[in-house]
Amino acid sequence: MTKEYKTITEISGPLIFVEKTEPVGYMELVEIRTGGELKRGQVLDSSDEIVVIQVFEGTGGLSKDTAVSFTGDVIKMPLSPGIVGRVLSGSGKPRDGGPEIVPEVLRDIAGAAINPASREKPRAFIQTGISTIDGTNTLVRGQKLPIFSGAGLPHNDLALQIARQAKALGEAESFAVIFCAMGITNEEAQHFLADFERTGALERAVVFLNLADDPAVERILTPRLGLTTAEYLAFDLDMHVLIIYTDMTNYCESLRQMGAAREEVPGRRGYPGYMYTDLACQYERAGIIKGKKGSITQFPILTMPGDDITHPIPDLSGYITEGQILISRELHRKGIYPPVDIRPSLSRLMNSGIGKGHTREDHRAVSDQLYAYYAEGNDLRGLAAIVGKEALSERDKLVLEFADKFEKKFVNQGRDEDRTIFETLQIGWDLLADLPEAMLTRIDDKYIKAYHPKYAGTAKAAEAPKK
Amino acid sequence: MEVGKVKRVAGPLVQATGLKASMYDLVLVGEEGLMSEVIGISGNKHIIQVYEDTGGVRPGEPVKETGAPLVAQLGPGILTQIYDGIQRPLPKLSEASGDFISRGLFVDGIDHKKKWEFKPVVKKGDVLKPGQSFGEVQEQLLINHKIMVPPKNKGGTIKEIYSGNFTVDETVAVFEDGSKLTMMHKWPVRQARPVTKKLAPTIPLRTGQRVVDGFFSLAKGGTAAIPGGFGTGKTVMQQTLSKWADVDIVIYVGCGERGNEMADLLHEFPELQDPRTGRPLMERSIVYANTSNMPVAAREASIYTGMTTAEYYRDMGYDCMMTADSTSRWAEAMREMGSRLEEMPGEEGYPAYLGARLADFYERAGRAEVLNGGQGSISVVGAVSPPGGDFTEPVTQNTLRMVKVFWALDSKLTQRRHFPSINWLDSYSLYDQILEPWFVENVSPDWNKNKRRAMNILQENAELEEIVMLVGSDALPEDQQITLEVARMIINFWLAQSAFHPVDTFCPYKKQFDLLAAILKYRDYAFEAIQRGISVAEINSVPSKDALAKVRLEAEYEPILAKVLAQMDVEFKALK
Repeated sequence: MTKEYKTITEISGPLIFVEKTEPVGYMELVEIRTGGELKRGQVLDSSDEIVVIQVFEGTGGLSKDTAVSFTGDVIKMPLSPGIVGRVLSGSGKPRDGGPEIVPEVLRDIAGAAINPASREKPRAFIQTGISTIDGTNTLVRGQKLPIFSGAGLPHNDLALQIARQAKALGEAESFAVIFCAMGITNEEAQHFLADFERTGALERAVVFLNLADDPAVERILTPRLGLTTAEYLAFDLDMHVLIIYTDMTNYCESLRQMGAAREEVPGRRGYPGYMYTDLACQYERAGIIKGKKGSITQFPILTMPGDDITHPIPDLSGYITEGQILISRELHRKGIYPPVDIRPSLSRLMNSGIGKGHTREDHRAVSDQLYAYYAEGNDLRGLAAIVGKEALSERDKLVLEFADKFEKKFVNQGRDEDRTIFETLQIGWDLLADLPEAMLTRIDDKYIKAYHPKYAGTAKAAEAPKK
Repeated sequence: MEVGKVKRVAGPLVQATGLKASMYDLVLVGEEGLMSEVIGISGNKHIIQVYEDTGGVRPGEPVKETGAPLVAQLGPGILTQIYDGIQRPLPKLSEASGDFISRGLFVDGIDHKKKWEFKPVVKKGDVLKPGQSFGEVQEQLLINHKIMVPPKNKGGTIKEIYSGNFTVDETVAVFEDGSKLTMMHKWPVRQARPVTKKLAPTIPLRTGQRVVDGFFSLAKGGTAAIPGGFGTGKTVMQQTLSKWADVDIVIYVGCGERGNEMADLLHEFPELQDPRTGRPLMERSIVYANTSNMPVAAREASIYTGMTTAEYYRDMGYDCMMTADSTSRWAEAMREMGSRLEEMPGEEGYPAYLGARLADFYERAGRAEVLNGGQGSISVVGAVSPPGGDFTEPVTQNTLRMVKVFWALDSKLTQRRHFPSINWLDSYSLYDQILEPWFVENVSPDWNKNKRRAMNILQENAELEEIVMLVGSDALPEDQQITLEVARMIINFWLAQSAFHPVDTFCPYKKQFDLLAAILKYRDYAFEAIQRGISVAEINSVPSKDALAKVRLEAEYEPILAKVLAQMDVEFKALK
């Protein structure tokens, strides 16, 4: 039995202001009825005199006579195992023509923070089959690793390839993919869905679609719904969940729009001062909980406005996520796929997922050595452009050549090429073998003896008698 | 105690009427009793920041006063704890509410049921001053917890004192005026604890990191800032310091940082051995974990809570190190609260009092003569996360005005996987001169001289590199080519240090000095060889140079280094 109010005093952008209500809870779900249509909203500010509500489906068609009722509860997501395989709208309504989700549980979409003391340290290596990730920016289960990209770059292809190929070494287990689209075009959404269908991934996926022409405010809900679903699948149903959301830039634009509508004091570039906290509340919902079988791994995609990594959106994201994969326009122009620039890319959890018992003992050393010479080779390109290749010292020429070969052989790979970690490391060693052994300063001698192609025969021979 | 009413709720900020609470008093908001703090009083309204999520709180719900500000509970049982920003032990929270943190929980900062063995150190009739210790508890195997008269207690003459097993609430001593002492007292976190006298920082804080100890050393009781864009290695740097710094107590405040990183730390600290004692590092650590998605008001408080516990152990005469990761998140919490209060913003939306708050915080660091009579220190290492790696932003600038050591992290170095990625040209330490006598006495008279020589080579290298970018290195005179090579050796063999290599992760002073001296020795040989007309290519290809690269990876490095140096001598003499 809920009262209806017809006391709207102001409508401004996505917000409505209602006065003379019963005490209303902060963040409470609101239902707005206009001409047979039901819209939903959320309380942003509640006081004795006035209640401010943001309307998810847009304020079009609302007037001062519109009836508003308060549900007395915060927004909850209906969940059941049947949600897997469904396509839903950005506000959680069926979009595939199927029935409503019959809830087994209802979950608050705001989500509580995982107690840091209950978190398990993420350290299970995930093989994506992509050398620039597995070899040099290793992903582990429970990590949040965004793709920083720009308009017109193949970040979606990379995300799809990861979704297709990602697996733990040597074990089969139940896993699910959640795909949250926020403000992407219909065409992009079709691309994702078609690929999911082609590979049969849709059967174990939950898709949330908020397209470019759907209300912007709805976008604020979409990742929360996706993550609430992810937590249910991971921590109630013991699944390993990979959640891809694209594009975080659109989400942040919606936040800014809301902030402006509320006349808040803006932070950097007009984005609200609480954007860091807000983004953290999404990104931090990745991880593993002690004693639970499931996990949540996040792959947010964001396009950097003007390819500017210092823009507030990539900047704040980078401070929260555990690294980033950077897509480079320059490599893309050279025809290299995936055009991942490893220099500014980083995986913060790499160390706990590689080495003995995870991948191979020489992994860290090989990766560091590749990084060092690729970075140096890149610097030398600038020099070579000025003084000419001939003026370089012999050592510098070798390093320069190394950088070129690194891009062609290590970075570049096919869209369906699924390299094992050992293949990736082998490519790395083959490239390093072209340099004099004395230049491999970051690699312990014992690894050189064991894995350097030059010693490949002798190392095996030395191992053999032991067995 | 008055009970007021909620008037308005907007995010973590609540307005209430009908209260008499003072500024910074703790109040409990709503039916659930959410922990909150008064941060403004205007007319009949109190403005309150809530440490927990406010979803569902309605106008009209009660607000209860507690009559006291936010306090930390100080007594035995703090060490090894993992707290949130308002000193609630996280494992206790998870016992109470499961894997996710729910609201309205109140948990004591220390265990009130556990019995500790109290040994008096004074006797009946002794006169005690405020801050003086009257007993001891063996809190951890190697940490003796001194039980002190609370600094705000006026002291008195002991009438009775007991020994035996007690909880922190039980009386262990009675003054003649009848007032009782327990092993625990409370202290308001926003207030600095008093000391007798602040002392000059004349002792270096050993970290085992060559670039830190050798170039930009921190003093015990000093302050340092680590600014750097994301991915430049701030967190690894702070964790490495926590592991290796030669202090008694480590306080790690994870302020608005990543949950998985905290999990990593919580997982690693108990397993890490203290290099000096072989005991788990956790036994001398206190961790505050207020991750970025936990309530923003508690994040704001976590810095003060952490500092208060640091001061408490300093008062016992211990050397403490507090690392705050990151002070930018703390400043952002202030900004967020400020903007919700509709305060007039200063630079970049930060409140105008940002500088003052940062100053208050860093001033609580220092080496001091404590009320108890001995000496203690708090060294503070604050990470700063400048947006876009831009050091001109307000938090970095305000911090630099306060701190004496600046470790500038450089993303270019990170991209080359050069760690620690501390830029050797931009960083500085103002403790250079004041610490010199200590190094002269304890390591070598040449400590500062070698340091300056190495820094000059690096400075010259930076200038030469600009020329090399234009004309290539072969066009340089031979001596400058040697300088480039020596700089490369200092950078790769000495400044670079692997936090993950079992030996290289910690480098004692003597080894730091010897390794640098060996590189400088190579330089002298090389310059002497040029005089004799030997070509740069020949000099650069002496095998002992490459051998020098790997000495740092050896634990028993001395005989190996001696061998390499002897080999170098032979090889240079053989050059003709």
